[in-house]
Amino acid sequence: MRLNPKTTQALAKAVIWGSALLVIVLLLFILLFVLIKGVPTLSWQFLTENPRDMGRSGGIFSTIVSTILVTLVSVAIATPFGVGTALYLTEFTREGLATRIIRFSADTLAAIPSIVYGLFGFIFFVINLNMGWSILSGGLTMAMMILPTIIRTSEEAILAIHPLYREVSFSLGGTKMQTILGAVLPSALRGIMTGVILSIGRCVAETAAVILTAGSSLRLPESVFSPARTMAVHFYILVREGISMERAYGTAAALIILILIINVGANMLINRFVAKNH
Amino acid sequence: MKRLLDRLPGFIFLLVALSALSALALIIVFIFYEGIPIIAKIGLGQFTLGMSWAPGKGEFGILPMIIGTVSVTLGAAVLGVPVAILTSVFLTEFAPAAVSRIVRPAIQLLAGIPSVVYGFWGLTFIVPYIRLWIGGPGLSVLAGSVILAIMILPTVISITEVSLLALPRTYKEGSLAIGATQWQTVWSVQLPAARSGIMAAVILGIGRAVGETMAVIMVLGNAVALPESILDPARTLTTNIGIEMGYASGDHQQALFATGIVLLVIVMSLNSIAQATLKRSQR
Amino acid sequence: MTVQPKIAIRDFSFYYGSHQAIQSINLDIYANEIFSLFGPANSGTTTLLRALNRLSDLVPKARTEGQILIDGQNIHDEDVIVTELRRRVGMVFEEPVPLPMSIFDNIAYGPRMRGVRNKAVLAERVEESLKLAVLWDEVKDRLHTSALRLSGGQQQRLCIARILSLGPEIMLLDRPCAALDPISTAKIEDSLVLLKEKVTIVLIPHNTQQAIRVADRAGFMLMGEMVEQGPAERLFTVPEDNRTSDYITGRFG
Repeated sequence: MRLNPKTTQALAKAVIWGSALLVIVLLLFILLFVLIKGVPTLSWQFLTENPRDMGRSGGIFSTIVSTILVTLVSVAIATPFGVGTALYLTEFTREGLATRIIRFSADTLAAIPSIVYGLFGFIFFVINLNMGWSILSGGLTMAMMILPTIIRTSEEAILAIHPLYREVSFSLGGTKMQTILGAVLPSALRGIMTGVILSIGRCVAETAAVILTAGSSLRLPESVFSPARTMAVHFYILVREGISMERAYGTAAALIILILIINVGANMLINRFVAKNH
Repeated sequence: MKRLLDRLPGFIFLLVALSALSALALIIVFIFYEGIPIIAKIGLGQFTLGMSWAPGKGEFGILPMIIGTVSVTLGAAVLGVPVAILTSVFLTEFAPAAVSRIVRPAIQLLAGIPSVVYGFWGLTFIVPYIRLWIGGPGLSVLAGSVILAIMILPTVISITEVSLLALPRTYKEGSLAIGATQWQTVWSVQLPAARSGIMAAVILGIGRAVGETMAVIMVLGNAVALPESILDPARTLTTNIGIEMGYASGDHQQALFATGIVLLVIVMSLNSIAQATLKRSQR
Repeated sequence: MTVQPKIAIRDFSFYYGSHQAIQSINLDIYANEIFSLFGPANSGTTTLLRALNRLSDLVPKARTEGQILIDGQNIHDEDVIVTELRRRVGMVFEEPVPLPMSIFDNIAYGPRMRGVRNKAVLAERVEESLKLAVLWDEVKDRLHTSALRLSGGQQQRLCIARILSLGPEIMLLDRPCAALDPISTAKIEDSLVLLKEKVTIVLIPHNTQQAIRVADRAGFMLMGEMVEQGPAERLFTVPEDNRTSDYITGRFG
């Protein structure tokens, strides 16, 4: 059965549009499912009260705080190392053995399953370094997970700046460090921040690595050495143990809304930076 | 002295840049260190090809989990790759600008959804309907494949898109100039030309599927038996660790680390192949 | 009594790795003049210009022979601080490159790197430099808006002002008006003529007409060699070397 090209074109077009539509529909399906079932549970009280009775009642305040703290620790550690690595690759060296090794390491780190990060974080931070289940253990583990992303996006951002910015800075009597701090980084800032924000989203969503390193204590964390349960972990436990479907949906809705804010916020930030400098 | 001071920033940055390598080295060293003893004890063959996983009895064969990983991943690829490629083609060739402005962020958003939410959604919608319409307990390899197929879409789409966009415009223009339709051009010229990049995208997507844990835990049923059909429940290498790490100790815990070794070897191999394929496609 | 040249180039050669871009050049450039270096593409004019502020150091595998003396001192001397040299010898590039910051910050960039923090001093320098570059009146009300919003001609004058804020003795300009319309070009050429009272200017023009318009003295380079040099009026009307007259009359380019 030979179809003429016009027919295959029409058919293909339909299938292709259908495929794109499918992706959108799936996204909406998942988002709406969580939001519709979960938003009713979201109240000021729910967000500001601590969980009670192993999560059967009360709110999710401690999990929100834990999520923020773990994310903060991980971004605070990964960003200097990630941006620094990108700067090394672009400003201090040419393509060669050293850069190939660094890139290979970063690419490989990006491919490692989160559960393996959890295993590592557990044996290294929790046990060997004796940090115990804590925000610090979780944050350090997550920092390793997001490092490749920050390296990659920072490098892209730095390579994208106007090729003469460096020359201009040097010709005005700048040293290498002055040029990096005064011309290179400010110009690349927008792209670097995109990578950081992407990574924040990753931290918020992560479960497997966090549950094995930060633990699952529902108490409000007192310091970075306290154990903590993040929102994603809390959601998982509520569902797995069948503790409270209502609160599970609420937690998931809060998670999704947080991620939506992060995504939208990121895009807005990028556009505002563009507008300001152009 | 001045020379030394001049070189100081470069040296410091080099140390910083070694962080990625150090992190990788640490992970490999510690996972291997914890897992090798048990493999040495029971033998590599017995570990990887052993059919029985019964920690209580000291039996640590992970073949059922390997089969579980392979089947779920294969299923995800079969279901997800065609959709991903078609959607990439949509974005690069068929979509009006206004529509891309909606679809692209949507895919980005899809990538940001926590895996536990995917799992829960699968548990609520995919599992019951499999049970109802197709058969079996619902918690099955099929359910896992469906969820993973959706989860790998962003990865496969983005790399396929990049590969398609990297093609010289002359390929497309040349084909259209001799009267081929848009679809004929895509099918006969562009997709074959982007073959290496698409393959790399698929391999990276597979790597992602192999590494996924939380979503799969919720829909796979977690029976430690060899799945005989896609409607059977199963365990994967990742879910095995995820479920049992909470209470494992001693040999049992070591066996889970050994499973981690197997996972590391698999993803690192897949990743290297994908990177090599990508480099080849850039020539 | 002979006047000491501001810039004295003695038997100077420049190599990119094994490729010799400049062939043992001898050249004198005097203070407060506009000297035009001209020649066809790849003749070594840009390379020579960039050697004058040692921006050529940034090129890997760069090697020099001979001397470049500014005010009698060899700029390749061990104890010459390159960053200081570059403040004394400023450079304007072919395309206007405003940094992605406000007009004020662009001009204050150089002084700030030098350590000038006093806001009043910075403001004064910015105003002075913008006036010298004939840009002050056009931007005085929007000093803190982004420099990227200026027109091409304004941006290039900004780049000139940017160098002037460091109080240089020498200005190097590499085809500064190549991307500009005739009106902006005229404005810049006029400002250069005014500026030469304060600085020594070495200019690579984007066409010989510009050199004819503004240069006091000029030098014709071909394939790395300094073919002929002397007063602009003579060089462009009755050059001594055939190659020079061939280039000027357009027999080759």
